[in-house]
Amino acid sequence: MGASLPHLLVVPIVLPLLAAALMVLLGDRRARFKSIVNVGASLAGLVVALEILRRVDANGTAGAIGVYLASNWEAPFGIVLVADRLSALMLVLVGVVSLGSAVYAMAGWSRAGVNFHPLFQIQLMGLNGAFLTGDLFNLFVFFEVALAASYGLHLHGSGLARVRSGLHYIAINLLASSLFLVGLAMLYGVMGTLSMADIAAKLPLVAEADRGLLHAGAAILAVAFLTKAAIWPLNSWLVPVYTAASTPVAALFALMTKVGIYTLLRLWTLLFSADAGPSALFGASVFLYGGLATIAFGVLGLMASLRLGRIAGFSIIVSSGTLLTAIGFGATAVTSAALFYLLSATMAASALFLLVELVERTGTGDRQRMRDMDQAPGEDTNLDDDETPLVGRVIPVSLALLGLAYMACVLLVAGLPPLSGFVAKLALMTALVSPDGLSLPNAPAPTPETWWLFGSLLVSGLVATISLSRVGIRRFWSKADSPPIRLKVAEGLPVLALILACVALTVFADPVMRYTRATAESLHSPAAYIDAVSTTRPLPGPTRPNVEREVAP
Amino acid sequence: MEALLALVIGVLGGAGVWLVLRPRTFQVIMGLALLSYAVNLFIFSMGSLLIDSPPIVAPGVPADLAHYTDPMPQALVLTAIVISFATTALFLVVLLASRGLSGTDHVDGTKEP
Repeated sequence: MGASLPHLLVVPIVLPLLAAALMVLLGDRRARFKSIVNVGASLAGLVVALEILRRVDANGTAGAIGVYLASNWEAPFGIVLVADRLSALMLVLVGVVSLGSAVYAMAGWSRAGVNFHPLFQIQLMGLNGAFLTGDLFNLFVFFEVALAASYGLHLHGSGLARVRSGLHYIAINLLASSLFLVGLAMLYGVMGTLSMADIAAKLPLVAEADRGLLHAGAAILAVAFLTKAAIWPLNSWLVPVYTAASTPVAALFALMTKVGIYTLLRLWTLLFSADAGPSALFGASVFLYGGLATIAFGVLGLMASLRLGRIAGFSIIVSSGTLLTAIGFGATAVTSAALFYLLSATMAASALFLLVELVERTGTGDRQRMRDMDQAPGEDTNLDDDETPLVGRVIPVSLALLGLAYMACVLLVAGLPPLSGFVAKLALMTALVSPDGLSLPNAPAPTPETWWLFGSLLVSGLVATISLSRVGIRRFWSKADSPPIRLKVAEGLPVLALILACVALTVFADPVMRYTRATAESLHSPAAYIDAVSTTRPLPGPTRPNVEREVAP
Repeated sequence: MEALLALVIGVLGGAGVWLVLRPRTFQVIMGLALLSYAVNLFIFSMGSLLIDSPPIVAPGVPADLAHYTDPMPQALVLTAIVISFATTALFLVVLLASRGLSGTDHVDGTKEP
């Protein structure tokens, strides 16, 4: 069964593509069928991601790295797909969040415009591809696939707020893509290769005169990723976009900043690892101080926001800042804790975005909801021919359920005990201040930056608690005689599932932490990754002539 | 030729950045288009500039970059052109929608005071 791992790697890319193609062919007919296909494809994606994770983690501490050679071309010449622990982890995260978002969209949002489902699947394809690819230019292509789909998804439902923020979003991302291409071209000019592993392997061979050019190229590339990861001051686009996007889309967008974080983590540890000679840890201070500034910006935004959507947006910025700062330490223990934090924060943010619309519905009845949806048809408009009882049923305990879900989200986002947000923050703080507490030899000695991040974690938690409680009190405690709100099963289920996933993350914190630690260790000693990519040979096909025999004398 | 190409890229890029910073949506899209030209030329230039040496291996000529143009940046440019063209077209649609919904062509969708 080990041999089929490489072939499993194309599934997360091909499956959404095929699902999207099928749904495009259906046009605007059979809305219910398309919803089911969308959820089914997302579920299948999650199952495949879990299987990849299991295979990758099978070999104990060493782990297994799956390498798929597209069209059977070997590494520096062809495009490779690589799945190591980090990629597998991100794939699973995409699977969980997308499944929640897809189920939520069944409740009505998918009918607010055309082609929601195909765009959704194409976005998943772009995300999965970006997490799997081992080639820089291919990374650019998958980034653009995900972004192009996200432009469409963001505008889903139309309305002035969406179009206005969409204009900014697209302009910013087009500029970032230009920077991406410039940086990529400079790297190619210096290195003569675009395969990430090959660049990392050849980095010591760079002439001293070219090193400045290499650093400039890498820095320009990093600006493009940092824009997507929402570092201050390149993040003013984020909150309007996430607030204006329709609910399931905003929940899915919680993943978009993580693509930037993933790429930075992957490329930075691969190219500028601690043993990369004169380029070692190049740009670490940008991550550190940029991340801290981002946290500060997010905290101020949290304090200033009264609407739940904006609060959720700023909490994304805070988590981005925390992750960037943690990456900047370049230490195994901190990276390991940051990866756990990434899991918890992404699922919590996604659940919070799903809750936004439901919470805004409390005490205001359906009229408010109609206005919120702009020109989108409300749920009372029967657009679908076969409205099934699953989506239309009203839950009597909806308000209590909503309140509990909201409380769980507050605990998760603010990092209060007993849920996984607390475990993540505690792990980060432990890794920051106790160099030998986890008996890891290369944990950092406390520096001023350590204490800055330590303090930022505490302050951001406090501010998130204040800000979210303020909204919660206003929404849940103000009107005792408010009419019972309508909550569909398909809306409540994904929120509960995401929160339960966070509970599971808390209960199984030990195995997950062990996994993230192994991930961080392999990230900070990238030799295994480079070896796996460069030693994978093409499979001899039945019609393929023997390459060695054909080499000219 | 290097100096000429560098100048062209610089002028296109500079004009593009200036236009992107303007308040009208049409100026922004023109700026983005100019920037993408500059970027495409830049990628192209990374393959080292050679005249009259197509990347087709001829017998007797050693297969290295001193005798042939690097075909890789040309392939990259092709992909980059397609992608930037498509996304710019999408931007144009959003631009028109914004004009229709807000009644102004200001980038923030509000009339200037």
